[in-house]
Amino acid sequence: MIGQITPLTGYLLVAALLFSIGLAGALTRRNAILVLIGIELMLNAANLNLIAFWRYGPHPELLTGMIFAIFSIAVAAAEAAVGLGLVIQIHRHARTTDLDAINRMKG
Amino acid sequence: MSLIFYLLAALTVAGALAAMLLKNTVHCALALTVAFAGLALLFLNLDAQFAGFAQILVYIGAVAILVVFAILLTRGSETPQGGVFSRSWLAGLTAAAAVFAVFAWAVAASAPRLPRAAAPATAATPASTVSPAPAVTVEQIGRALTGRYVLPLEIVAVLLTVALIGAVIVAMHEKVEAK
Repeated sequence: MIGQITPLTGYLLVAALLFSIGLAGALTRRNAILVLIGIELMLNAANLNLIAFWRYGPHPELLTGMIFAIFSIAVAAAEAAVGLGLVIQIHRHARTTDLDAINRMKG
Repeated sequence: MSLIFYLLAALTVAGALAAMLLKNTVHCALALTVAFAGLALLFLNLDAQFAGFAQILVYIGAVAILVVFAILLTRGSETPQGGVFSRSWLAGLTAAAAVFAVFAWAVAASAPRLPRAAAPATAATPASTVSPAPAVTVEQIGRALTGRYVLPLEIVAVLLTVALIGAVIVAMHEKVEAK
């Protein structure tokens, strides 16, 4: 099965690897900014899947996967802006971005 | 599979690994930029020029800069005492490895049924000619965005406005509210 690896399978495996790296980072890093970076990597891996399926799918002229990926990029940019704004506000409040140290909902 | 794909995939995965493993947070942001650039090149390799350049503009141009700003504003470049990994790193790593195992199993199991993946690459039809590159112009993307996908486009416009205002209000200094 590994011997006859097709282009689509290769891209899907790379996307799965990127998603897993991002998930591992989001689950294991202590710095809140790096957790956000891990989430960005996971979103990018999903975009790679969308583009790969658009490219090798039966109807690339309908542009469905590509438009989905473009909207996903826009939403990810909004998510990054709000997430980093939250991290800056938490740092101003708690004087740290260490997620192990931020363990209270009430300031 | 072409050599260029393996090179780009190796670059992207190496950048992502470095972004998640390095100790210095600023180095992590730079490695993240490398991973984003590798992903943009993978998009270009998939004949998705518009998405590739949007990836470069949005991620390398905006998100990476935002991440660097956030790191410097929170003094996150100082390596914390007690390591950069959480106390529950083993559980997180196990969960991520399990997720990758499930994904790899799903891809391998569904490989014969994936679109155009079943066509065997023979001497007459090598793998590169099984699916010709779709000729997509920016005009077609623009027409699709303003025609068939105009409602999602408007919703994304509203979402970006809300996110912009929300991020400013969240990050605004508290003294402004208190007056």
